[in-house]
This record gives sequence, structure tokens and C-alpha cells, in this order.
Amino acid sequence: MALSIVHRATGIALYAGTLLLVWWLVAAASGHTAYATVQAFTGSIIGRLIVFGYTWALMHHMLSGIRHLVWDLGYGFKANEREALTWGALIGGIVLTILIWIIAYAIGGVR
Amino acid sequence: MSAPDTPKRSMRTPLGRVRNLGAAHSGTSDFWRQRITAVAMTLLMLPVIVVVMMTLGSNQAGAKVVLGSLPIAVIMLLFILASTWHMKIGMQVVIEDYVHNEKLKLISVMLNNFFSIAVALAATYAIIKISSGV
Repeated sequence: MALSIVHRATGIALYAGTLLLVWWLVAAASGHTAYATVQAFTGSIIGRLIVFGYTWALMHHMLSGIRHLVWDLGYGFKANEREALTWGALIGGIVLTILIWIIAYAIGGVR
Repeated sequence: MSAPDTPKRSMRTPLGRVRNLGAAHSGTSDFWRQRITAVAMTLLMLPVIVVVMMTLGSNQAGAKVVLGSLPIAVIMLLFILASTWHMKIGMQVVIEDYVHNEKLKLISVMLNNFFSIAVALAATYAIIKISSGV
């Protein structure tokens, strides 16, 4: 499986995505208007798509990274183990992303 | 006297020429820090997600109350430190893999440092400003 390039791609996406995190924190430190601007953006369709994509990139990169840590420790090199780790990262990333968004909607934060 | 075509001899041994030019013994530091920050972020991920969720649906005043609490500020600061360090190392690996023009590589690595440090400081300053209520 060519998942290592996905690990790299999500890493690059998260690199750019930190701007969103900084924007949010700086706006929270700045004032009401700045924060409302961030909320208007993250509440828009485009904003939600970006934050959803960011959530997935984060979850996938984390699980895929754990896979690499397992390999660093010298485990998981058998063919079936490699397959399991790869599919685990792929499916796990999607499941965690959806779970996070369900919880976010459930607590009523996302309107 | 020596024959005119005898090459000039040096008393320096090969060891003298290579001494201090070898490994700096820090070649694996980025590799190691990449892993430290990765493990740190994995541990911090759940708390950070909870913090973000706590701020959902509230305005700036509410977000300030959440982000200004001491344990939450520390969690966010740790996450910012780990993530910016991690992304700086990761992007440098990508640059070194794909950018082969030396000047362009140098500029890219430098800009990567600037960006990562700017992100780290801006986010850190924001957290501290919120916490100190300035």
C-alpha cells in the first residue's frame, strides 16, 4: 500500500492547517470582533469542509504515525501485520473523524 | 641533496587530515525529537480535542474563560510546542527529499524555520495573553 505518501501529504496539510489554529487562538486573545470573524469562517460551508478535512488529516496522520512508531520499535513487519496496521490507520482515521464530528454536533457546539 | 623529482613529503598522517571532520554526533537528534514530539502529541490529542469542544458554541468571552484556565493553558502550550517542532522537522525532511537546487533548498529550509517559529510564538503569546487577562 502506498500509505506513506498519504502520511506525508496529511503532514503537509496539517502544516498549513496550523494557521487555522493560530488564527483561532490569536482571535480569542484579540477580541470579540476577531473571534466572531473566525467563527463566521469556521461556520461557513467552506470553513466546515476545511475543519473537517483538518480533523481527518490530524486523525489519520496520528494513527499512521503510531504505525511508524510500532515499526521503529521493531514490530509489525510481517505481511499480514503490515496490512493490518495500514488498514487500521485508514479506517481508524475515518472512524475517529466522524466520531469527533458527531460528538461536536451532539453537544450543540456546531450550528 | 635529494633528487629534484622527489615529491615533497608530509609528515602528517591521514588521521590528522580527517580529525574533527567526522560525524558531529548529533545526526540523529532530529530523528529522535520527531519521535518525542509525536508521542507527546498522541498523549495530548484527547485533552486538546476536549478543550476545543469546550469552546464550541461560545463567544470570545467564553473561549477566553476556557483557554485562560491554568491546566488548559498548559495543555495548549505543550501541544503548540510539540506540534510546531514536529512540523518544522517534518517539512525539512520533505524539502530535503524534493528540492535539489542548493540555493532553493537553503531558502526553503530557512523559510520553514521562520514559519514554524512564527506559528509557535504567535500561538504561545496568544495563550499567555489570554491567561494573564491583559
